[in-house]
Amino acid sequence: MLGWEFPPFISGGLGTACFGLTKALDELGIEVTFVLPTALPLSAGAGGGRVSVRGADKLRVRGAAPEPFHHLQIRQVSAVLQAYGTPQTFQKEKATQAKGAAAAKAAQALPWSVTARGVPAGGGGMVMGAAGQYEGDLMEQVRRYARLATEIAVQEPFDVVHAHDWMTYPAGLSVSGVTGKPLVVHVHSTEFDRSGDNVNQQVYDIERAGMHGADKIICVSNFTRNIVINRYGVSPAKATVVYNAVETSNGEAEAASPLKRNEKIVLFLGRITMQKGPEYFLAAAKKALEKMPNIRFVMAGSGDMIRRTIEMVAQLGIGQNVTFTGFLRGADVDRVFQMADLYVMPSVSEPFGIAPLEALSHNVPVIISKQSGVSEILTHVLKVDFWDINEMANKILAVLRHPPLQRVLREQGTGEIRKLSWKDSASRCKQVYESLVV
Amino acid sequence: MASVVFYFQVHQPYRLRRYSIFDTEPTYFDDYKNEQICHKVSEKCYLPATQAILDMVRRHEGRFRVSYSLTGTVIEQFKRYNPEVLKVFEALAKTGCVEFISETYYHSLSFLYSRNEFIEQTNMHCRLIEDLFGQTPRVFRNTELTYNNDVAQVVHDMGFTAVLAEGADYVLGYRSPTYVYNPPNRPDLRLLLKNYRLSDDVAFRFSNRGWKEWPLKAEKFAGWINQINGNGYVCNLFMDYETFGEHQWADTGIFDFLRALPGEVLKYRDNDFLTVSEAADRYPAAGEIDVPHMTSWADTERDLSAWLGNAMQANALHEIFRLEDDIKAAGDPVLLADWRKLQTSDHFYYMCTKYFSDGDVHKYFNPYESPYDGYINFMNIIDNLRHRIADSVESAESPRLGMGKSP
Repeated sequence: MLGWEFPPFISGGLGTACFGLTKALDELGIEVTFVLPTALPLSAGAGGGRVSVRGADKLRVRGAAPEPFHHLQIRQVSAVLQAYGTPQTFQKEKATQAKGAAAAKAAQALPWSVTARGVPAGGGGMVMGAAGQYEGDLMEQVRRYARLATEIAVQEPFDVVHAHDWMTYPAGLSVSGVTGKPLVVHVHSTEFDRSGDNVNQQVYDIERAGMHGADKIICVSNFTRNIVINRYGVSPAKATVVYNAVETSNGEAEAASPLKRNEKIVLFLGRITMQKGPEYFLAAAKKALEKMPNIRFVMAGSGDMIRRTIEMVAQLGIGQNVTFTGFLRGADVDRVFQMADLYVMPSVSEPFGIAPLEALSHNVPVIISKQSGVSEILTHVLKVDFWDINEMANKILAVLRHPPLQRVLREQGTGEIRKLSWKDSASRCKQVYESLVV
Repeated sequence: MASVVFYFQVHQPYRLRRYSIFDTEPTYFDDYKNEQICHKVSEKCYLPATQAILDMVRRHEGRFRVSYSLTGTVIEQFKRYNPEVLKVFEALAKTGCVEFISETYYHSLSFLYSRNEFIEQTNMHCRLIEDLFGQTPRVFRNTELTYNNDVAQVVHDMGFTAVLAEGADYVLGYRSPTYVYNPPNRPDLRLLLKNYRLSDDVAFRFSNRGWKEWPLKAEKFAGWINQINGNGYVCNLFMDYETFGEHQWADTGIFDFLRALPGEVLKYRDNDFLTVSEAADRYPAAGEIDVPHMTSWADTERDLSAWLGNAMQANALHEIFRLEDDIKAAGDPVLLADWRKLQTSDHFYYMCTKYFSDGDVHKYFNPYESPYDGYINFMNIIDNLRHRIADSVESAESPRLGMGKSP
């Protein structure tokens, strides 16, 4: 498995999906060797180093009883790749890294190594210097990851290579080429989702090569499958859909926020990028506030559009009703869901969209854009076209004004997500593997 | 003797236009879509089916007889969009072989919320039928066959001689819908119960190729009806009129079936056709049927859950009927008619979340993408209606300002 972002290094749905799927494959008894790029330096903010140690403990391979995995091996390789990275963000981060000695130190504390099997939690093995990893550009790191992954692959027994999203496709192709094992590429997003029609040609070429070189393509939705077929020229027979799922809590309803407040909270949670449609959220917020002044719109996340988004809030004159929380993780995500009366995902192009499932699992009603993969499997949510800000405001107001609507959306929505399990997704993946191995 | 009692329900609601919270105009109905649907269903069903029935009545010289209920909302739309349909119905009424049943003018669930409104709408409907077809309804059926002992009580007091209901298993128990019954303590009111097996063979299963009786021919069906001989008197075939040509398309052979059936039934010398009140008059009651809870002909549950099964539906119904006193006090006939059109049960059926994920019959008839959209739209319209009531009360209080229309 050539994948991404194991907790706690989660910056979005890709990591959540890799984790959920791997955990379920593990439960099905499939042995997974997970080759994880070192993303640490990029997420090394406050507490980054501390969290990484906890993560290392948690992910120790072939662990003792309390460990969640039984058949998993994690192999960390020193390629500095970050999920959702682009050549631009890479250069920016590289510049930051050059200045940030503290961050480099945090990276040096990283206890995992390439060569040691079984990933010792202590500091043994090769320690990597963060500065060195930033040599070259993103594409060089992609190639580096491919080279290191191939080195691991020749030592490991396995049957299928499973690569998640474009930065691992070259590695997948290389591993498959060297070992002769079949390649499955898993498309969680495409360059068209991330960049609209201003695609990065290099990225597109890598995606296309990966898809054409793969024996099977797993797409997270029909929405994505259609893009794969129409924009990448892939034969429909090769592409199948395996939906993502969500880990539901054990059914206990969460207590509502104990704070008494006369404000309703509408939540945006996601990367603040073009793909996620933050400006449509704010335009709808402006409309909704015309009818109902006591709403707080919370924007949780960070991204390359954060500055433009803050400026837009000022231009619209709704500053006192909008709160930016920055990037949230772990318990803070739970907390913000618990406070929310409504979650809105106004994505312009969303291959799947795990966050709405998380909102539903926190008992929060959901509005999603029709331009999302998740809208193919959710019926008990409200759906809008991302550009239709009047309708978005209409629906936001309806949920906030009519408790019976909230109630039915909650009741039916939580019932619906209980039917989505990673185990089913993993079984579908297993079928794909089996079709290739026989 | 087996008497076939056909009763067809003819209904179209006034579908609502998309109404956002930002809308302010007091126009709620999607005239364009309503006209389109009225034209389409008239062409596929109402005209050919009614013509077929008229032909059969004439061919069998009055031995083929049927009953109808046409709601006020469908009659209004015929008058406006397809008057030729009413012409055929009028011709049918003149044969004397057709009986028209009464119901609430607006196909509403008013019985559950307001006895006054229920009686007013039923009287309105009776007057409409008298004006149009020259006969006074003697038999009552409540919206979607919703029925319980209280309905029987009220319509008995209004002077009806018979009432129709669903022959649900849990209502009948071991008894058969092939007999005529009466409600508890109402020996003079007849209760006709739908024979749902045979009715649904036509209405739902007719074109189902997976059904072991497919294809259903009139001869075979007449044979099943004949089996009632010795086990009862009536075969109550109650169904939506749209079965003919709209639910079951013409290419399924449904019209051939309809045209062949009277002859096949009448081949058996003991069998005949009766209208609802003729059946009620001819046959004695075989016993009392006690129905304390509301029943209906919808879904497998045959209860109110299709209209009142979730919190949105309960809320929307409650909110619309809560306006009754204010609407009636305002004394504005346009406002009153709008309010009543919003009571039509279809609006609440669209908000049903039962089976929604499965994409079944509820979805097919739903003009909205989801039950939630249906609720939101409806509640936005009620909001506007409330504003209009407030405006008209204000203008009534200050007559000098009340000359113009409210903004």
